[in-house]
Amino acid sequence: MRTLLIGTLMHAKHMSRSPFEVSLALVIPVVQATMAVHLFRAGQEPHRLLEAAVGAGLMGVWSSVLFGSGGAIQNQRWQGTLEMIIMAPRRPVTVLLPITAATAITGTYAMLATLLWGRLLYGIPLDLARPYAFLAATLACVAGLGMFGLLLASTFVLLRNANALANPLEYPIWLLSGMLVPISVLPSWTVPIAAVLPTTWGARAVREATVGGPVWPSIGICLAIGTGCLLLGAYCLTSFERRARAAATLALS
Amino acid sequence: MGSEYAIEAEGLRRTYRTRTGWLKPRRSEVEAVRGIDLTVRRGELFGLLGPNGAGKTTTIKMLNTLLIPTAGTARICGFDVVTRTREVRRRIGYVFGGDRGLYDRLSGLDNLRYFAELYGVPPHQQKSAIAELLDLVGLTGREHERVEGYSRGMRQRLHIARGLLHDPDVLFLDEPSIGVDPVAARELRRTVGNLAANGTTVLLTTHYMAEADELCDRIAVIADGRLQALGTPAELRSHADGRRVVEVEAYGVPDSAIAALRGLPGVRETAVEERGTLQLLTVQSDAHLDVQGDVLRELAGVRLGRVASREPTLEDAYVAIVNAA
Ligand SMILES: Nc1ncnc2c1ncn2[C@@H]1O[C@H](COP(=O)(O)OP(=O)(O)OP(=O)(O)O)[C@@H](O)[C@H]1O
Ligand SMILES: [Mg+2]
Repeated sequence: MRTLLIGTLMHAKHMSRSPFEVSLALVIPVVQATMAVHLFRAGQEPHRLLEAAVGAGLMGVWSSVLFGSGGAIQNQRWQGTLEMIIMAPRRPVTVLLPITAATAITGTYAMLATLLWGRLLYGIPLDLARPYAFLAATLACVAGLGMFGLLLASTFVLLRNANALANPLEYPIWLLSGMLVPISVLPSWTVPIAAVLPTTWGARAVREATVGGPVWPSIGICLAIGTGCLLLGAYCLTSFERRARAAATLALS
Repeated sequence: MGSEYAIEAEGLRRTYRTRTGWLKPRRSEVEAVRGIDLTVRRGELFGLLGPNGAGKTTTIKMLNTLLIPTAGTARICGFDVVTRTREVRRRIGYVFGGDRGLYDRLSGLDNLRYFAELYGVPPHQQKSAIAELLDLVGLTGREHERVEGYSRGMRQRLHIARGLLHDPDVLFLDEPSIGVDPVAARELRRTVGNLAANGTTVLLTTHYMAEADELCDRIAVIADGRLQALGTPAELRSHADGRRVVEVEAYGVPDSAIAALRGLPGVRETAVEERGTLQLLTVQSDAHLDVQGDVLRELAGVRLGRVASREPTLEDAYVAIVNAA
């Protein structure tokens, strides 16, 4: 546990000092808040502004986890630290979970910043239906995403060109999890896919907390699926770590 | 604890498969290591020498669990590197040369804290262990600065501190002295020597013959993924016994002259080292023949600097071994 905490802290510290990530983290929320506002102004649905802003914030969390876990592992491969951390006498999960957790935390910041910019620039009222539930839902969402990120990270350990995989995953998950538009408008074949993504339930919990609704079941499902991802991710990591050692993909050369 | 040997390798082999191109993948295979057998006793300081691409790093990575051997087996302190990975990792440290392998945007101290935790140093010992190592590598006072502001040598020293955090039984040092200034390199040699004297087994690769000669109890020379020679520095030097070396400093030697030197009677090896505009020619010959006159005759018309004749060193023996491979 201590290892997980220290690891998360150090990785968050390391990421927060990257000028590239920092500028992204400053710009993206503004862009997202703007997007949310204009999408829904145009749609003559001002009452849904807050909902849209929350959705946009969640998109930020997802992007952060996706590129974070993919990018972080790729970066570590570049820096030569991937070998050093894999060589630690620990389970691979213990080593990698802090990285995805750190990215999920950076992502939460993106979400909060989106709301804040929405408030400052466009005067979106922050009247959350259930403020405490909103907090809980956000935390659950971050935890769920962090654990889902681990599952993704496990594949990034194996593949040397992990980035190529991360890019095409960004938009579909936004859509499928109903961060951008309600799931109900998507074609029916997407429903089962959406139902197994922790992001869907996390987004739903956050939305329910924003506009009112039974928040806790969604939180529960999000965390349960997240835990499933964690277990599966841990299993995959152990086997992928071995395969990466056989295929020599831990280092660049 | 199991074995009397710290490192045992039998028939280690490693092939890399590479694929280039996405649509029409072309596969190729590189046989980096082709059957290496070694044993290193506990507390021994063992050197691995060889030209670039000989397979030294590959061998080390198979021993330190980062690569799974294509064939053969290896044990560290009696634990198999493939099946008992965790046990092996607990007992080894790994330091490689160059400036990668650290978190640049964290301070030196944070790097050590993180790795101390990751490598399972008990929490109450972390602080003292880190302070001790910072002192050992001479970084005390600079530990709060970010690593991105460190010089090459400072990074290398931090790397070494990192490798020693969990007090490993076996330490793998892959070219630890590249980019380190001569004074720091001497410090480094002393540190490594002390570690071995205190019972740590060290496997060291280096391209500096003098370093290997000074430090190592035994040296293995590998080339083309195979062991070419193995023995104490004195034993290896005997590969050049019965020889004599002529060194000539010259400027702008044509290739044809070098080829002619190779053809001289009694000449065994020739090597050319470029040092700026200067070329250092090393000609090894049978000791009972004096080839110096012949060499100078072949170099007639070339501007020459210092010419000297001397006894062979470990480096000359190394050149002879590698060229014979
Ligand atoms: N990941 C890899 N994929 C493909 N080929 C590789 C890989 N790593 C090493 N090789 C090849 O394997 C051979 C041995 O490389 P290795 O790094 O072990 O040499 P080395 O003895 O450490 O050399 P140097 O003195 O330059 O460090 C080389 O031909 C190299 O090109
Ligand atoms: Mg090497």
